[in-house]
Formats: sequence, structure tokens, C-alpha cells
Amino acid sequence: MSSYDLNQAPLRDLNRALHALRPDTNETHWTINGPDGRHAIAVGLDAPISVEIEGNVGYYCAGMNKLASVVINGNAGVGVAENMMSGFVHVRGDVSQSAGATAHGGLLVVDGNAGARCGISMKGIDIVVKGSIGHMSAFMAQAGTLTVLGDAGEALGDSLYEARLYVRGSVKSLGADCIEKEMRDEHREQLYAKLQAAGLAGEVNPSEFRRYGSARRLYHFNVDNAGAY
Amino acid sequence: MAETPKDPTAKDPTFKDARPLPRTKPRFSATFTPDVMSEIRRAAATGIYDIRGAGAKRKLPHFDDLLFLGASISRYPLEGYRERCGTEVVLGARFASKPIHLKTPITIAGMSFGSLSAQAKEALGRGATLAGTSTTTGDGGMTQEERGHSQTLVYQYLPSRYGMNPDDLRKADAIEIVIGQGAKPGGGGMLLGQKITERVAGMRCLPPGVDQRSACRHPDWTGPDDLEIKIEELREITDGEKPIYVKVGASRPYYDTALAAKSGADVVVLDGMQGGTAATQDVFIEHVGIPILAAIRPAVQALQDLGLHRKVQLIVSGGIRSGADVAKALALGADAVAIGTAALIALGDNDPRWEADYQALGTTAGAYDDWHEGKDPAGITTQDPELAKRLDPVLAGRRLANYLAVMTLEAQTIARACGKSHLHNLEPEDLVALTIEAAAMAQVPMAGTGWIPGKTGF
Ligand SMILES: Cc1cc2nc3c(=O)[nH]c(=O)nc-3n(C[C@H](O)[C@H](O)[C@H](O)COP(=O)(O)O)c2cc1C
Repeated sequence: MSSYDLNQAPLRDLNRALHALRPDTNETHWTINGPDGRHAIAVGLDAPISVEIEGNVGYYCAGMNKLASVVINGNAGVGVAENMMSGFVHVRGDVSQSAGATAHGGLLVVDGNAGARCGISMKGIDIVVKGSIGHMSAFMAQAGTLTVLGDAGEALGDSLYEARLYVRGSVKSLGADCIEKEMRDEHREQLYAKLQAAGLAGEVNPSEFRRYGSARRLYHFNVDNAGAY
Repeated sequence: MAETPKDPTAKDPTFKDARPLPRTKPRFSATFTPDVMSEIRRAAATGIYDIRGAGAKRKLPHFDDLLFLGASISRYPLEGYRERCGTEVVLGARFASKPIHLKTPITIAGMSFGSLSAQAKEALGRGATLAGTSTTTGDGGMTQEERGHSQTLVYQYLPSRYGMNPDDLRKADAIEIVIGQGAKPGGGGMLLGQKITERVAGMRCLPPGVDQRSACRHPDWTGPDDLEIKIEELREITDGEKPIYVKVGASRPYYDTALAAKSGADVVVLDGMQGGTAATQDVFIEHVGIPILAAIRPAVQALQDLGLHRKVQLIVSGGIRSGADVAKALALGADAVAIGTAALIALGDNDPRWEADYQALGTTAGAYDDWHEGKDPAGITTQDPELAKRLDPVLAGRRLANYLAVMTLEAQTIARACGKSHLHNLEPEDLVALTIEAAAMAQVPMAGTGWIPGKTGF
């Protein structure tokens, strides 16, 4: 087990050391102390290691993650796990805006609430938020799933493509081209699998959720939709 | 009309002149021109704005309005063939541990795979590599064709983040954060369904065939304070090795350049309104943004005010066609230029050899700009495999390399005539303007006078 204290040594050295790890490294568990809201901690990881961060982090923690599992024992700033490709990011506290933005894969679990634009432009990631999410979440979301145990703010799923949104609580309003869709068995199964991956199997009932998706009316330019653009 | 005794009508009230009445010549309005009228009819018939490729087509103050003052008694020139005139440029040495070294200051601008065929991207890579310069990816990610054939490749980081992934980021030689482009400052990308083939759709994680409307704002940052943190993140991901460029469309060049530099950019890319695009609303191309001629001096001033001129490099683009344009851009203070449209023409875009095909599309070689439709007879702005096959990437790459060599030689010719041993030694003092507009925008005197509008007394 390796541990690193950001109050003692520079962030660049930490990230560089993490990047240098080979896929078959023996240093598979890292603890990072003293994050103190620093930005860009544990970004660009590319090995199946586990990293635990003891405290609050700033912007873009675990950005572009591949393979690694990153646990944040605190809150996270803007863009946690942005553009993640694979792996797992778990935030025990709340997260700010643009959590999981543009991410292509992996799983992001937020124990608390997420701010605005959660899952913006997501491209395949699975996001599970145990609390509520802010406005404009899943804006232009292309692929993947966003599961929310609490409520969603205004304009959920505006200009959505093919991402699937599951919300258990209320939705303040839907964005352009986002509609409620029927929950069929395949969706309940998918949702169950995502809840299970987030460690919530048996605790939360998939049939309490509603599903939202794209009406696909904006997929082609059409003068009659001018008001929606 | 005065009556004369010879006037036959004076005596005979029934007289009629056999000749037809003189008529005024048909006169077109300068306001409602045939072009304007055809656009009104098109709009009325379709209900949707006109989308097209290429840059602003209207006449604008441009580099043509500037001239160089060759050396004579007060300055002496360099020997054209014997004395060295350097052209190399280093980009990104401000912060990056692995800056970019180019042999010529003419780079290839970002043009996406999707808007261009794989063959065209390969040809750009081949040509640029032969010439010792860089190419740039675009909205849609990095293809093997381009990475494989381009020795120096700049990876664009765009609002859409299509195809963005850390492996490609690590493979790139530099990263260009795109805030905007000159053809459409404030607008996002656009790629219509015809060009969203399976491969393009797969790279962008979109359903094939949809009209793709890219975001115009970055999803995880807004404003200069966030940009600084975003740059920090990209540096952390790449261990501080790669130069980071920030590209803006020319609209408020002083502030945009200052803010990009303050946010930690190594290089600022400034694209004027003549800059090409793959597809955008015509109204956007023609009416938003400013010409590159008007943008360079404020951008250079911003860098000078921060003590960063030549430390943060400035790459300018938008309508660059010749070595003269390159020399003028550099004399105004840029470190390098980028070309898009001209590079495509060198590959074979709008070539008269395909005239019959252009006619069939209702246009003519030289005017073809419906690049969004994907039917390009030259096989460049298309995803149709049959059309794309028309472009031989090896030959097209060779043409591009030749063209880049000519432009570089032309710029050197001018620089030597002005007595400069490196293109970067060209300066505003070497220039005069032919028009008041150009004098004001480029902040150089009207030819034959000492007058710079807005600077010196009349
Ligand atoms: C076909 C085509 C595709 C383009 N795609 C992009 C793009 O993906 N990203 C970008 O920043 N600029 C894009 N541009 C703009 C160019 O990078 C560049 O700013 C412009 O072409 C420079 O002006 P010029 O065409 O007059 O040389 C594109 C331009 C063209 C012609």
C-alpha cells in the first residue's frame, strides 16, 4: 500500500507516479491525504489500481479515468470523473456541476447530491446519484444511463440523444425533446443491474423509477421544430 | 423639347415615329441583388436557413490591402539565394516540456474526420509531414490514418468532446482547446446526417444518420478562471509534456488573447471570419466575427501588454493563400499561420477537372460550397466511399507539400527583400496600406503617407 500526502509533495509528482504504473503493478492500493480541494487529483489514470482520497477535492478529480477505482471520502468539485473511459469513481459526499461530463464508460456513484449538468454530453458512462441532481442534467446526453434516487432539477435531458435517464423522485421539468417513456422489463432489468453495480441491490426497488429518453424529434432539422432549437 | 421647323410632328399632329420607344436598361438593385433574391426564394421555399461550407465570400479588408516596403538605401536586402532566411518556429516552450518544432510557420488547421474523408485526412498528414509542419484533428476525434501519416499532430479538445479519449491525448504532440472558430465565433459544429456514416457515428457515439449539432460551450467549464483549471488538468494528464493551444474565433481579439494567455495557454490560435468551416449557417459565416486583418494587432498588443509576445505564440488563420499573406501575418506580429481552405484546394478541392460533376450539382468549379451534403466531386468533403476513392492520398499529399514549399519560399523572398534573416524579423514597420480601412485595422500607414487612422494626426 502506497500513501501520498499532498501537503508534503507536489501534485504533478503524484499524478506522474500514478501514470507510470504498469498494468501488472504490485502497488495496487494508494491513499492520498491532504487533498484540500486541489484540482486535477488522480487524473488520466490507466491501470487497474485503487486510489482512496481522504478529504474534499476540487475540479476534475479522476478526470479521463481508465481502469482505476477512485474513492473520494469527501465532496468533489466541478467535473468529477469527466470523460471517464472505464473503471469506477465513488464520491461519498456531494458533487458540484458537470459530474461525469462526456464520459464514455465506467461507473460513477455519488452518495450525496449532484449539482447542475450532471451527466452533460455523457457518451456511455453509468451514473448513479443517491441524492438529487441539479438543472440541465444529461444535457445532450448521447449514451449511457443516469440513475437518480432523489429528484431532478429543471430541463432534465435537454436535447437528449440515446442516453437513458431513470429518476425515482420528481422531475422539475423536462428539457427540449426529452419525454417520459414506458418502463418495460428490459429497462427494469437494466436499472437493476446498475443499482446492483452501485451496491444498492435489494435496497431500492426498480419499479419505483420513471424512465426518460429522447423523443428524437430534433434528430433532423425541421422548420416546424424551430421553436425548440 | 424645343420645336424646330424641321420637326415633322409640328405640322402633322397624327405623325407617329416608326421606331420603338427607347427603354431604360434592365437595372438590378444594389440592395436586392440576384444573389439576395435567390436566397429569399430559397428561404421561402424551404423554411430553413442556408447551410454551407467554406468561409465568408463577401469582399473584406484583407492582406491584399497591404504592401511591403522593400529595402533600398536606408535598409539593405539579403541575397536571394545565398543568405539564410530562417523559417523554423518553436511552439509551446512557455510551459510544455516537449514543445513543437516546425520547419515552416505554415500549419494545417483543424478539420474533422467526418467533414473530410479518411483519404483527405491522410493526404493532409502526408503533405504536412513532407513539409515539416503539423496537422490538427477536428470535431470527431483522431483517426489512425491521420496519426499514422502525420509526424506532428495537434489534438483538438472541443465542446462536443466527440471521440475524446486519454489514449489519443497521450498520442498527440499538442492539445488545442477550441473555444471557437472564425467562421462562427459563438457557434458549435454541425455535421448533417448524410455524412454521419457508421464509422463517423461510432467515433462520435451518435446514432448514424442524425443531424449532429455540436455544443457551442464546453460542458465542464465556463470563463477564464475555469479555463485555467482545465488547462491544469490537461497538463496533469499529460505530465506537463504537451503544448496547450487555445483557439478562438476573431471577435474581441485583445481580451480573448489576454485571457487565454492568462489562463496558461502556450499558444493562442486566432481565426478570422474568412476562415473556412465544414458546415454552418450562411448568415453566421457572413455576419459574425471580424476579418483576420483587423484581429492580429489587438491580439499582439494583448501579448505585448502582458510581456508575453513571442513567449506565447500566436497562430493566425482565415483566408491565408500565399507566401505574401504569410509574410504579412508574421510582419503584423504572428508567429505562425494555419491554412484550411487553401490546403483543401491544394489537395484538389473545387478543381475544374470535375466541372461536369459540379454542373450536375447545380454549381461550378470554384463556387462549390455545399460541403455538408457529402457529394464532393473531388472526394474531399465526403464520406461516400466511391467519391472518396477519387482522391489519391499520396499524390494529393505531394501537391500539398509542393504548395507549402512555394508559400514558404515566397515568404522568404519577401523577408529577404526587406533585409530579414528570419521570417519572424518582419515587422509592422515593413508594411504600408492601400486603403484607409486596412491602414486603420493593421495599424500601418497609408502608402506614401505617415498616416495611421486613429493613431496619428491627420
Ligand atoms: C472542412 C473544414 C472543416 C473544419 N473543421 C474544423 C474543426 O473540426 N474544428 C475547428 O476548430 N475548426 C475547423 N475548421 C476551421 C479551420 O480549423 C480553420 O480555422 C480555417 O479553415 C482557417 O481558415 P481558412 O480556411 O481560410 O484557411 C474547419 C474548416 C474546414 C474548411
